[in-house]
Amino acid sequence: MATVTDVRTQERVSTGAAIWSWITTIDHKRIGVLYFVTSLIYFLVAGFEALLIRLQLATPDGQILNPDLYNQLFTMHGTAMVFMVAMPMAAAFFNFLIPLMIGARDVAFPRLNAFSYWTFLGGSLLMHSSFLFGQAPDGGWFGYANLTSKEYSPGLSIDFWGLGLLVLGVASVAAALNFIITIINLRAPGMTLMRMPVFVWMTFVTSFLIIFAFPAITAALIFLEFDRLFGTNFYEVAEGGDPMLWQHLFWVFGHPEVYILVLPGFGIASEILPTFSRKPIFGYSAMVFAAVAIGFLGFSVWAHHMFTTGMGTIADAAFAGSTMLIAIPTGIKMFNWVATCFGGRIRLTVPMLFALGFLTTFLIGGLTGPMLAAVPLDLHFQDGYFVVGHFHYVLFGGLILALMGGIYYWFPKITGRMMSEKIGKWHFWLMFTFMNLTFFPMHFVGLDGMPRRVSTYPADMGWDFWNMFISISAFGIGISVLVFLHNLVVSYKKGEPAGNDPWDARTLEWAIPSPPPEHNFDEIPTITHRDQVWYDKYGEGHGSAADLSKVDTSVAEHSEEDEEHEVHMPNPSYWPLLVGAGLTIAAAGLMIHILVAIFGVAWTIVSIYAWSLEPASTPPDEH
Amino acid sequence: MSTEAAHTDEAHATTGHYVRIAIILTVLTVMEVATYYVDIPFALLIPLLLVLAGMKFGLVVAYYMHLRYDSKLFSGFFFFGLTIEILLLIALMVLFGIRSG
Amino acid sequence: MSDAALAHEAHEEHPTTTGLNHRKILMWAFLGSECIFFGSLITTYLVYRGKSVVGPYPDEILNIPLTSVSTFVLLMSSLAMVLALAGFERAAGSGADEERKQRELKKGRFWLLMTAVLGTGFLGFQVFEFYEFVHHGLGLTTNLFGTTFYVLTGFHGTHVGVGVIWLVSLLVLSYFGKVKPLDVELGGLYWHFVDIVWIIIFTLIYLIPS
Repeated sequence: MATVTDVRTQERVSTGAAIWSWITTIDHKRIGVLYFVTSLIYFLVAGFEALLIRLQLATPDGQILNPDLYNQLFTMHGTAMVFMVAMPMAAAFFNFLIPLMIGARDVAFPRLNAFSYWTFLGGSLLMHSSFLFGQAPDGGWFGYANLTSKEYSPGLSIDFWGLGLLVLGVASVAAALNFIITIINLRAPGMTLMRMPVFVWMTFVTSFLIIFAFPAITAALIFLEFDRLFGTNFYEVAEGGDPMLWQHLFWVFGHPEVYILVLPGFGIASEILPTFSRKPIFGYSAMVFAAVAIGFLGFSVWAHHMFTTGMGTIADAAFAGSTMLIAIPTGIKMFNWVATCFGGRIRLTVPMLFALGFLTTFLIGGLTGPMLAAVPLDLHFQDGYFVVGHFHYVLFGGLILALMGGIYYWFPKITGRMMSEKIGKWHFWLMFTFMNLTFFPMHFVGLDGMPRRVSTYPADMGWDFWNMFISISAFGIGISVLVFLHNLVVSYKKGEPAGNDPWDARTLEWAIPSPPPEHNFDEIPTITHRDQVWYDKYGEGHGSAADLSKVDTSVAEHSEEDEEHEVHMPNPSYWPLLVGAGLTIAAAGLMIHILVAIFGVAWTIVSIYAWSLEPASTPPDEH
Repeated sequence: MSTEAAHTDEAHATTGHYVRIAIILTVLTVMEVATYYVDIPFALLIPLLLVLAGMKFGLVVAYYMHLRYDSKLFSGFFFFGLTIEILLLIALMVLFGIRSG
Repeated sequence: MSDAALAHEAHEEHPTTTGLNHRKILMWAFLGSECIFFGSLITTYLVYRGKSVVGPYPDEILNIPLTSVSTFVLLMSSLAMVLALAGFERAAGSGADEERKQRELKKGRFWLLMTAVLGTGFLGFQVFEFYEFVHHGLGLTTNLFGTTFYVLTGFHGTHVGVGVIWLVSLLVLSYFGKVKPLDVELGGLYWHFVDIVWIIIFTLIYLIPS
């Protein structure tokens, strides 16, 4: 029976029991931590792959990697960064924060939440296990047909990719459904939609994008695997099939995916900037509606990835137009963030530095977006380094910097300890500088015609200097990541105690202890205002010196004795893990033997039955 | 939950109501199948079939899945997905139409 | 997939923000997502219509009379499904006496069984249809028509199969008193969705001549 007391006794239990408690956990905070640690490991793996790529490209006629290995590395770098770093890292924040921010004890379906994590782990391990067989996916993260057909990719590499992504898709959709229902249905009394923190809104929109975008790639991947495993003709030109079908379905998913990746970054920045400007977010409703507009428009722009495929002028013009429209809501957000800082009493802490770094680099990445949306320019840029520069500005500048800011901002809440500001500033300046030095020159070599995904280049193209420059800078990013890891470990072990509200922040999670107790809130708060915690501290004031005197103590430190009115938390369960494992076995079985696949399906079905027949929580009277 | 059950209980039509809808659905299906045997100009046939299918679809969704009486939120989820898909379908058919001719 | 597994997850005793049940919202959001999945399959069938380079072609092989019957069977299963739900709801409703409730529960179970039987009947028609087609030389890999047709109707059939298993599970669990009207309602929503997908498939694939 999981009650409050269990949490406090946890430190004293044996290692085996501790591991078991992580395997069976359905606590959103612990699942969030699992997501975080897993995605951090993949971040290091995929970052290491990027460095190998840069070593190869540092000099013309590079000899370090052979072309096959090069293809595997850039494919796995892209795939892992998108599906196993960016999305699960965002999911880590969603998991940890959403229930806290809306005043709930957990997500709507705690076991489904655990299932999402274990399925994500299964799918990502399945795909990475390909390295053991020397058959890592090598068709690019976009996996264009008919490069991926059995004829041109005979081994198992594409199957690892396709089946792995199918499993990851199940995990993402399950998680997204869970967050949608949590946000709709578990808000604390008084927490109206328009009182939710912007981060919650961004999660909401992201989750919608996931459930409506992923089915398209699921269908496309099913076609791909049917072609490869059963010899169907979906992308088979000789039989009348059309490889363009893959591109359309992939980008129907792929462009909303870009917003799936970046909206969580928007949300994190929208929490950090007001806190350290000591002002409410500027234009809250405009922020919300801009995000919703981005979500809608995101479905209408996919073919801007396909201008070179000969869709015809009318189609090109239509997709160029809809793409440029997205600049409007994105611009609204930019102006609102800047206006949030304007006139505020800014504190340049590490999270704030990262948020400001996000603003500037995302602006650069955003500005090259409309350039690429212009068809005549795009025809020149397509498949070149300009595009690589563009999306690394958006994804590294827009997402990774924001996620880093989020880590520094919420680390105290998650662990109860502060991260070192001193090391953090080193981390920020190293990462920010080298990030720009790495990705900005990519625009230059792109304009000079350097193609992407090519393992080497001749010496007389005029690309030598910048490539060496980029490679050296990339290792600078690597060093900044080491500084970050060092900070993470040191601060986790001996960071200063954080207290409930170290940043003098605004949203609900700061009103409860750090780290939060298993049941989050002793009493579900009642919400009367946006930025409720700020209002409770300062009323309508803006945290002037006079207001500051009454800080912090007003947030009640709940005494231990208080907690005797027990909160019923759902029971731990290992069935989510077993269902996720069953799905992974079924997917792997398709590559091994059909009997293994059938075994995996049977395993999954049995586990689903066991899951649904298992009581979610012990009835109160047995307490 | 209990209030919801009470609500659906009275909003839910009676057995007779369900059977009447089933009869309409059957009639519509018979009309659809009839187009296979009767000669109808092609230009008329496709809109006719789409309208008939749309009516059947609408009846099942509105009454059997009781969206008509249920929260607008449910309709929102369903029709959002449906709308995106219809637009994608039309867009892709146009794009592939341009491509092949 | 996992929806069935959530049977006991919702905290029904706790009030929710909207007053709506978690699982019911989950079901509808899931169905919205499924729209895109089936939509992608249908779109693929339509953009590849008439692109097969070898036969057999659809108009040579599709059996409209047979499929009309199976369509009718699936349509009637939807009627049985709403009647099953009505039975379970009346059995759980307040006011009626115990004997009447038992009668309604029995009716609910009967119609639940009928739904599953009709669903199985539909699957039988589909197996027969596939068998006939293969007999006439249309395999999964024969041409684009075979590929898109079997994958689309096959995934639909799989959904029907999952639905039948779901309904039978509900039926069995109802004898242990573990089935609430909401459980039947959610199974029903899924079932009707599978039915409306077939309404679309029947028109777009079978009735509109190629």
